[in-house]
Amino acid sequence: MIDFRLDRGSGVATYLQLVHQVKHALRLGVLRPGDRLPTAKEVVDKLAINPNTVLKAYRELEREGLVAGKPGLGTFVQRTLGGASVTEHARLRDSLAGWVSDARTAGLDPEDIEALFASVVLDSFRIGEDTA
Amino acid sequence: MTAGTTALAATGLGKKYRRTWALKDCSLSVPEGRVVALVGPNGAGKTTLLHLVVGLLAPDQGDVTVLGSSAGTTRTLSRVAFLAQDKPLYDGFSVADMLRFGARTNPGWDQDMAVRRLASLDIPLDRRVGKLSGGQQAQVALTVALAKRPELLVLDEPLANLDPLARHEVMRGLMAAVAESGMTVVLSSHVVSDLVDTCDWLVVLNGGRVQVSGDIEDLLAGHRLLTGPAELADGVAGRLAVVDDDRTDRQATLLVRTGEGRPPLDPRWTDRGVNLEELVLAYLRRPDSAALPKPALARA
Repeated sequence: MIDFRLDRGSGVATYLQLVHQVKHALRLGVLRPGDRLPTAKEVVDKLAINPNTVLKAYRELEREGLVAGKPGLGTFVQRTLGGASVTEHARLRDSLAGWVSDARTAGLDPEDIEALFASVVLDSFRIGEDTA
Repeated sequence: MTAGTTALAATGLGKKYRRTWALKDCSLSVPEGRVVALVGPNGAGKTTLLHLVVGLLAPDQGDVTVLGSSAGTTRTLSRVAFLAQDKPLYDGFSVADMLRFGARTNPGWDQDMAVRRLASLDIPLDRRVGKLSGGQQAQVALTVALAKRPELLVLDEPLANLDPLARHEVMRGLMAAVAESGMTVVLSSHVVSDLVDTCDWLVVLNGGRVQVSGDIEDLLAGHRLLTGPAELADGVAGRLAVVDDDRTDRQATLLVRTGEGRPPLDPRWTDRGVNLEELVLAYLRRPDSAALPKPALARA
């Protein structure tokens, strides 16, 4: 079961924080199709937020086809996010860790690394669009 | 959650103590199933308004409708629970006595729920109320109010005198009860940060008048904070509804009501959204500003 946390100083709307956390869990394989999301009551009993906020987040996830509500039973994950399987994820994570340690040896600090990574991601997808 | 019906409606409501109006020309309408934050400085008339809603006071002007019928009638009162500011508990009673008292005085009393709730909070039934901590006393008082199974729960400063942990615990319990029952809640506070994320409807009361009443998300989306050169401020103030206006000789900071969408602005202005605290403060600083739905546009 996913465990929601709130970052109250982030300025991101509370329902969006819940949406992002579900998507993040789907990408990492923490949530899989068939898993049940906590009920609104379970979430508010932990976070002390308005239950309508939780329902709004679930509606948004439902609209995107990621979860589906079954009356009387709960809200269930319909599909996963991120194309690759869990093993693929592990393999890619390992090779990325190798690259990061390489970058650190070369003297890059975390911000340098993030900037470089972001620009490569951007370039890669831009090329993808052009050739598509 | 039920939508479309009105939990609370006031029209031209006024209450006078001797010759002073504690509340005047107060009109508002709140849909069912909302968690309403009633905020305002001390002496703004919050407690007076709540007492009118629960029928402890009779209006000198106008009227107030609760759950579709007149406030204060026996039928209405059976559907409303009220938790007064001074937590109405008897120190000499045990917690179990308090529940027995609640059961005798309320026809729809849910003893199972009360006992379950107190057990989950680790509050012993045989403990004397006077021996409980402030947070536990607040929880017992809230349990008594919830066990009545109200459709409207009215809380006057429920978080006053509680430490941060106890405030969080009380709000958690309250939100869980809302999730379960779909009841409407009205709570007053002068600490806005306690109400962020828990309330979804805002009523600002200032000097006995309603300044703001509306859906919090809509209100936040409909206001922006503009910062720019002082010499351009009058131009903007002429076009947009300025709530609060703060100027030095060079710079002006305006909190404006934009409604839907973003207004076209000179590029020398920077603008950003507002949070609940900024919005409330801006209105409280400017008692003449008001954000009230036009009667024709008011949502049912």
